Amino acid sequence: MSVSARRRFRMLVAVAIAMAALSSAVTSRYVLSTLIFIALNAMAALGLSLVMGFAGQVSLGQAAFYAVGAYVSGVLTASFGWNGWAALVLAVGAGALLALAIGLPIFRLSGLLLAMATLGFGIIVYYVLVNWSGITGGPSGLTGIPPLALGRFRFDTDQRMLWLAWSLLLLLLGLAGNLVDSRVGRALRAVHGSEVAAEAAGIDTLRLKLGVFTAAGATTALAGSLYAHYLTFINPSPFGFAYSVELVVMVVLGGVASIWGTVLGAAAVVLFVEALRTGLPLLTASHGAPEYEIVAFGLILMGFVVFLPGGLASLRKTP
Amino acid sequence: MTPLLEVRGLWKEFGGLTAVRGVDFVVEPGQIKAMIGPNGAGKTTILNVIGGALPPSRGSVLFEGVALPRERPHAVAARGVARTFQLVRLFGEMTVLDNVLVGCHRRGRSSWGACALRTRAMREEERRLRQRAETVLVVVGLEERAALPAAALAYGEQRLVEIGRALAMEPKLLLLDEPGAGLDPEEHRRLARLVRTIRDGGTTVLLVDHHMEFVLELSDEVLVLSYGEKLAEGPPRAVRADAKVIAAYLGEEAA
Amino acid sequence: MTLLEQLAQYLASGLVVGGIYALIGLGFVIVFSVTRIINFAQGEFVMPGALLMVTLGDRRLATPIAFLLAVGVVAGVGALLERAIHPVRGAPPLAILILTIGASIAIRGGALILWGTDPFALAPFSPGPPVWLGGAMIVRQGLWLLGIAALAFALLWVFFTRTYAGTAVRACAINPRGARLMGIRVDRASLLAWTLSGALGATAGAVIAPITYATYDMGLMLGLKGFVAAVLGGLVSPLGAIAGGFLLGVLESLAAGLVSSAYKDAVAFVVLIVLCLVQVAGWIPWRVAEEA
Repeated sequence: MSVSARRRFRMLVAVAIAMAALSSAVTSRYVLSTLIFIALNAMAALGLSLVMGFAGQVSLGQAAFYAVGAYVSGVLTASFGWNGWAALVLAVGAGALLALAIGLPIFRLSGLLLAMATLGFGIIVYYVLVNWSGITGGPSGLTGIPPLALGRFRFDTDQRMLWLAWSLLLLLLGLAGNLVDSRVGRALRAVHGSEVAAEAAGIDTLRLKLGVFTAAGATTALAGSLYAHYLTFINPSPFGFAYSVELVVMVVLGGVASIWGTVLGAAAVVLFVEALRTGLPLLTASHGAPEYEIVAFGLILMGFVVFLPGGLASLRKTP
Repeated sequence: MTPLLEVRGLWKEFGGLTAVRGVDFVVEPGQIKAMIGPNGAGKTTILNVIGGALPPSRGSVLFEGVALPRERPHAVAARGVARTFQLVRLFGEMTVLDNVLVGCHRRGRSSWGACALRTRAMREEERRLRQRAETVLVVVGLEERAALPAAALAYGEQRLVEIGRALAMEPKLLLLDEPGAGLDPEEHRRLARLVRTIRDGGTTVLLVDHHMEFVLELSDEVLVLSYGEKLAEGPPRAVRADAKVIAAYLGEEAA
Repeated sequence: MTLLEQLAQYLASGLVVGGIYALIGLGFVIVFSVTRIINFAQGEFVMPGALLMVTLGDRRLATPIAFLLAVGVVAGVGALLERAIHPVRGAPPLAILILTIGASIAIRGGALILWGTDPFALAPFSPGPPVWLGGAMIVRQGLWLLGIAALAFALLWVFFTRTYAGTAVRACAINPRGARLMGIRVDRASLLAWTLSGALGATAGAVIAPITYATYDMGLMLGLKGFVAAVLGGLVSPLGAIAGGFLLGVLESLAAGLVSSAYKDAVAFVVLIVLCLVQVAGWIPWRVAEEA
């Protein structure tokens, strides 16, 4: 095994052990659910990080894939009685297919137009979810989504979901890390370095970018599917443009194209939002915390772009 | 014998500016052919059209008798045409070895899944590609720099990395765009030796350069361009003595 | 109502709404053509224009004064934003896009803190019943909207074609390096572009507030639709953006009336995706300008 693969494996094992310990030691629902949401968000942001870091494109509609994952899983299991795992596989496939379908026409566009096109796409998906009430339950959403189960063993407690979410996240991190270290990853890094030179070296940059985008759609859909099975009910409101922006914030914070950075970024955002929600009402009485989080997000985003474009991950590198 | 590369009636216009006017030439397999001419003569534009970075306004480019794909540089590369750039384009943050390994990309077959899972086949392939890249580094003389980030090298060495990346593709035709720019005389001599080694290894070379002596010493055939038109074509000595060429380079009086 | 009367109504309502999109789209075009930046916060210039009008109106300020003040303040915000971006203007365009996204979020959050989530009503600029024009009913404020928009377009036209400053800005839009060589301060042009863009956005907000309510989150959708209008104009053509705005307004109105009002907001984005596809496929010789 190469040096970096060995190091990554050790890191993954360490985190796995830590999470296993936490899942049995901690009983507070609040802490457990926060950890679960960190994993889900990290999963959703992971693909986006590769898209932004290697394909060099911003997707402002990534929440759409999260929604697709959640709703495909939710509808198939709650309304049609499908097996949870089968629905999950289909949800991931749906995310990938949708990414491919939208990517094929728009990836030839220049960066800014592409970003706006993804924005438009994200909003259209949101609209479909809100208005196609027959299938999606409209604005009030879908309830009664069964938890995932392996035979008799149901993932219906926070501890079990924590274990599942983090296992899948760590697996994905390992796979992504391997990919980045490989021939394909080298091609991705080449495209990131100089698209012209990469093309001249025989790399089909369009196909590569599409591949990354499709993978991102799949991983985000996976996160969405798990989300649906965890909460057992879903409605469209968390899947709007605001969440797409949140995902971009996570990636920018963590450092684009940094696999571990994305986890840091997701953790930072989730924890920050929670801190605001609990802490701010103590300081001010008016308007409630979620609104302040928005201003803070905006300023943080601007600050990072100006002062720390490499994100948190770049702090690790020695100058 | 079919020529390796055939450029027929090539025109390239950019809006109001005509960069290339009806240029025809061929490159025979095993040749070292040079394109020279003053700035603005259209040399780099021709390379860009051959390489697929620009579409021609008129005319065609045939490689091994078949038209080259337009506006898809990676497809041109797949046919066996490699190139370097006037201003070196390296992947600065990657190591020298990795830069050359990118050139080996097409030699690998592992899929995304195999790479993500690090299968035995993928690791085997990686080993093979690495060996090939190391061999290329020896050819260009940079084996000691293999682990350094490419951006840390001197400009002349960066040039060599780029040539190495192109060689790793095992091309049939190598396009060199001003490989000698910014090199001192000793580096020029080493470059000439390298180009001859490359040709002797079976790769045909089409190079663009300014330095008359370097080009006339090295090439089998020279093509002279001026303001997008072909002025002369032939063996170095004949071209050097051509009145039109002298007029273009040194002014009418010298002719 | 006969179908023809209905169509006339949709057309009329569409043109009124389209005026807003035209104003906002023009703001996008002015900034983009000079700086090659897509100002994601454009919509957040509209919103404070509306909310400030409400607040100033509550303070019993006469409408024209309130209007000028609101526009002036937001123009200042535009200028401030330009200064904030100035140090990093060499960054990759996507980084700057994210920067403007951050700014839009911050502005929206600031509005949320200042005004809360409630929608605010604003009295129309002049009282009176709606007006009938050729079988279609237009609310009085709609006429104000079209009138003020037309005035804004005329003033800008005069500015850009007849004044030195305006011509200099146009020169920067066409060829920044050449303009710089001629002694034109491109920095100043950029500042001016952002300020004008802020003023246009605020104007849009101020005149639409009496028709739709003013809320802290009205900027996002309006901004995005204004962007689509600008894209219809290729992102660099002011006339194109104006025409695009009216076209979008009419399309929206027709879709809402003939198909379903639920999907009204989606029309703009469908148009956007279609335009992107057209650009890629090259079916018609229409292009959006590339980044410099």
